[in-house]
Amino acid sequence: MIKINVPFLGEGIEDVTVSTWYFKEGDSVSSGQDVVEVVADKAIFNIESEKMGILKKIVVPEGKAAKIGETLAVIE
Amino acid sequence: MNSAIPNCRAILCKVTDLGVVRYHEAYQIQKKALTKATTKASCELFLCEHFSVVTLGRLADEKNILVDPKEIAEKGIEILKIDRGGDVTFHAPGQLVAYPIFPLDNFGKDLKLFIFKLEQVIIDLLGYFGILSSRLKGHTGVWVGHKKIASIGVGVQKWVSFHGLALNVSTRLEDFSIIKPCGLDVEMTSMNNETETQVEMQDVKKQLILSFKNVFNLEILS
Repeated sequence: MIKINVPFLGEGIEDVTVSTWYFKEGDSVSSGQDVVEVVADKAIFNIESEKMGILKKIVVPEGKAAKIGETLAVIE
Repeated sequence: MNSAIPNCRAILCKVTDLGVVRYHEAYQIQKKALTKATTKASCELFLCEHFSVVTLGRLADEKNILVDPKEIAEKGIEILKIDRGGDVTFHAPGQLVAYPIFPLDNFGKDLKLFIFKLEQVIIDLLGYFGILSSRLKGHTGVWVGHKKIASIGVGVQKWVSFHGLALNVSTRLEDFSIIKPCGLDVEMTSMNNETETQVEMQDVKKQLILSFKNVFNLEILS
């Protein structure tokens, strides 16, 4: 099981808003594929999956905020 | 903010002037360069002007379009939802748009630092033309007093940037009345407006490239 966490995006950026999930729970994702897009200030940032697997659970839905380091989803 | 460049060696950057292009056309060019940059770590900068278009960034509030969309469409102005940060903005001929497709690994891997540097590029350029500009705390972009002269909205994929900045050179300011720029009650300005002269777009482009070169420590390939 691997977690997709909000990465460090820069000094002074403490949280992001989830703008788009590219997959739904149960979908398979490949290694290096963008899984979720987040918004931080005037930037959008795509977060990819480090490994292939099934998107087991979306923890933070679209429109909700998450802190840096917080888990957005779980891949099995 | 620390804007020191982690990599002291100049980064090669290809600059392409797209002229006046439709938004979608420039977007496709950006995406192609983005794909290349994510695999080859190449650095490209595209300059252009757009035919009139209203764009909505992610999480933009459509209420910030102040005129009936049908009326906007009748004027031949497209309204597009796009994958950049920021709210609503307006592009039109007379506005210089720059799309840096930069692997941010080379520039600190820090979104705030990248945006800070984009602001610096514009501030330095405007200084060359005798326009004193600055950042406004809490509001990304570049300002002349409390008037906004340039907007910034970026996207990042695999730590490569796309989208970028828009600087009003000779833009008809009354055209901004169809939107609430960036969702703010703000007055827009332009280089022409501030200098009370006709600033040449080609001169601004040359200076913008030089400013990018200095701020990002680039070696320019034309």
